[in-house]
Amino acid sequence: MSSPEKWTHPGPDAAPATAAKPTAEQVMAGLRATDEGGADLVQLLTPEGERVQHPDFDIDITAEELRGLYRDMVLVRRVDREANALQRKGQLGIWVPLLGQEAAQIGAGRAMRPEDMAFPSYREHGIAWTRGVKPTELLGIFRGTDNGTWDPVATRFHPYTIVIGNQVLNAAGYAMGQKFDGKVGDADGEATICFFGDGATSQGDVHEGFVWAAVYDAPLVFFCQNNQWAISEPTERQSRLPLYQRARGYGFPGIRVDGNDVLATLAVTRWALEECRQGNGPILIEAFTYRMDAHTTSDDPSRYRLSDELELWKLKDPIERVKVHLVKQQWADQAFFDSLEAEAEQIAIELRDYCVNLPDPPAGRIFSEVYAEANPALEAQRDEFLAYHAGFAGGEH
Amino acid sequence: MAAPTMDRPTADDTGAPAVQTLTVAKALNNGLRASMEANPKVIVMGEDVGKLGGVFRITDGLQKDFGEQRVLDTPLSESGIIGTAVGLAIRGYRPVCEIQFDGFIFPGFDQIVSQVAKLHYRTQGRLKLPMVIRVPFGGGIGAVEHHSESPESYFAHTAGLRVVSCSNPADAYWMIQQAIDCDDPVLFFEPKRRYYEKGEVDTTAAPGPLFRSRTLRTGRDVTVVTYGPMVRTSLEAAAAAEEEGRSLEVVDLRTLSPLDLAPVYESVRRTGRLVVVTEAPSESSISSEIAAKVQQECFYSLQAPVLRVTGFDTPYPPSKLEEEFLPDLDRVLHAVDRSLAW
Repeated sequence: MSSPEKWTHPGPDAAPATAAKPTAEQVMAGLRATDEGGADLVQLLTPEGERVQHPDFDIDITAEELRGLYRDMVLVRRVDREANALQRKGQLGIWVPLLGQEAAQIGAGRAMRPEDMAFPSYREHGIAWTRGVKPTELLGIFRGTDNGTWDPVATRFHPYTIVIGNQVLNAAGYAMGQKFDGKVGDADGEATICFFGDGATSQGDVHEGFVWAAVYDAPLVFFCQNNQWAISEPTERQSRLPLYQRARGYGFPGIRVDGNDVLATLAVTRWALEECRQGNGPILIEAFTYRMDAHTTSDDPSRYRLSDELELWKLKDPIERVKVHLVKQQWADQAFFDSLEAEAEQIAIELRDYCVNLPDPPAGRIFSEVYAEANPALEAQRDEFLAYHAGFAGGEH
Repeated sequence: MAAPTMDRPTADDTGAPAVQTLTVAKALNNGLRASMEANPKVIVMGEDVGKLGGVFRITDGLQKDFGEQRVLDTPLSESGIIGTAVGLAIRGYRPVCEIQFDGFIFPGFDQIVSQVAKLHYRTQGRLKLPMVIRVPFGGGIGAVEHHSESPESYFAHTAGLRVVSCSNPADAYWMIQQAIDCDDPVLFFEPKRRYYEKGEVDTTAAPGPLFRSRTLRTGRDVTVVTYGPMVRTSLEAAAAAEEEGRSLEVVDLRTLSPLDLAPVYESVRRTGRLVVVTEAPSESSISSEIAAKVQQECFYSLQAPVLRVTGFDTPYPPSKLEEEFLPDLDRVLHAVDRSLAW
């Protein structure tokens, strides 16, 4: 692992990091998101589908396990594309695509044990999948019928957090609780993993989360998906330093993994969670990946990034490289791929049917569960509104 | 401190008398201790709350007796205090956070409004946030900027939070324990300039409900509604008014969200006049809310408009000006005069 000492400040002749719109030369020179991730990138499966060795991280993977990871990624991508289409058809108000980040999320999610806790941001549909949250349970947030219906206690998957970075402190507190509960210190220990993006690393809450987790030795894996873009702003707008190198300043390890490599992500995250269980947390993982679609369905990336960049990242697709490897190893035959495609289609149909039939919540839901204990004033306001609302029965407005 | 009389019952088997004369500060300390003894999930966290016992000594001795894992000297990070308390609460703890001074709560404001207030609603009750955020508030102590503010209205305006304020040692002792027992997040505003005022605390008497206001003095002519540090000011004004033959009824709100205004309506229907007294500025505030609700509920009983005696709509001034800024006995009586002369 390299240290920040090896890193040197770009000279005065370097291209300005503040350029709102990069030139083609900047992109092609690797100054922008087309960067390969640098010498410290942990990679176990190349974009060409070749298994490579890494001195610190390796993984024994069976054909069945790799087929499982491949299946996860394919299904999650299908869910993502279907939900994106549902937004285009007006069935969802908005969608937050994960396209391109399947390996980062499936690798991290499958590294977790059931008793570990996850704190997502709002693009973690792949993590949700690995926690047993049904894809249909994500839809209400984006259709506007609810704020997420999964049980965060049973799934150990916290509600989506939309305010950037808030969940990092919540995760630090939860991990402190795991430690206070005596659940840290051996292989049976518990750990917490927290997801956020490159943009979030500029938020105070993320820095405070680093400080708190460090001083309380909390069993917390900070999992930063650096997808290169915070809506329209490139990572250079958030940091001079490669993000994983920030960890050193807080006193814990930081590692950059190829976030488009599901094997490397799985290996590194497994290691990090295990370190945390043993009491050696926290740890920062920067998953170097790429947001291949827009920030949300309301966004227009053509206003701020070049299509060259996307074309280059398509060559590093997280799913394609696994398929190549499975085929090359003869670990999967055409029947496997055909049956997976049929399964994906079935999930898409279910998602569609569920979405279009999702009823609007009753008006009284506005008032429900604001408080855990009784609140007569609010109940009176609700009753007054419901009586007013009932006056429109019969469809007259 | 008055010597406890020996014929009174004792609160517990430690031999401590059931009725003690305590300062507000000591009553809070005893209340926190009682909650921590009753429930091992209660933890105290904040800046300097451990070895130092807090800058006001409210948590004095707690770390020594309960250990560093239950009384946390935290990093100097208010968003961190609130944000990690959220995670601890989800994990099953009942955190009691100390914000060192009113004006320092704002780095934690985002976590309070975005997470503390909304997680129960967001999850439709699947997650509860039983946490208390203690805030020493108000002025009158000759402090520098940011140490004398009254930010309670921000929180009362936010659905999902409960907001209370104690005004005397007995309430301090009981209300802090009731706030800790509450399954909703509670902002607990402590009148810092009253910390060292004394009063009797009966640790055996069952307390009334937390979210209820209380009439402290009955009267016929004008109703005075207040809370926190202005309760004493209002009671002194009532005593002075009595010498002039005017009878003031004084209601201590105690709970700012939800408001418990039933006793106020009942009172105003008798007196026909209301004066609201707060240290907080008047614009879009607790006092505005009370005025709006009272005119709605007591419209035909009012013989004068609702009048307010408050801090001015300015930043809190340098401390040499705070005596002019803060409502005092004379300003309360002036408002009473105006109400009666209407």
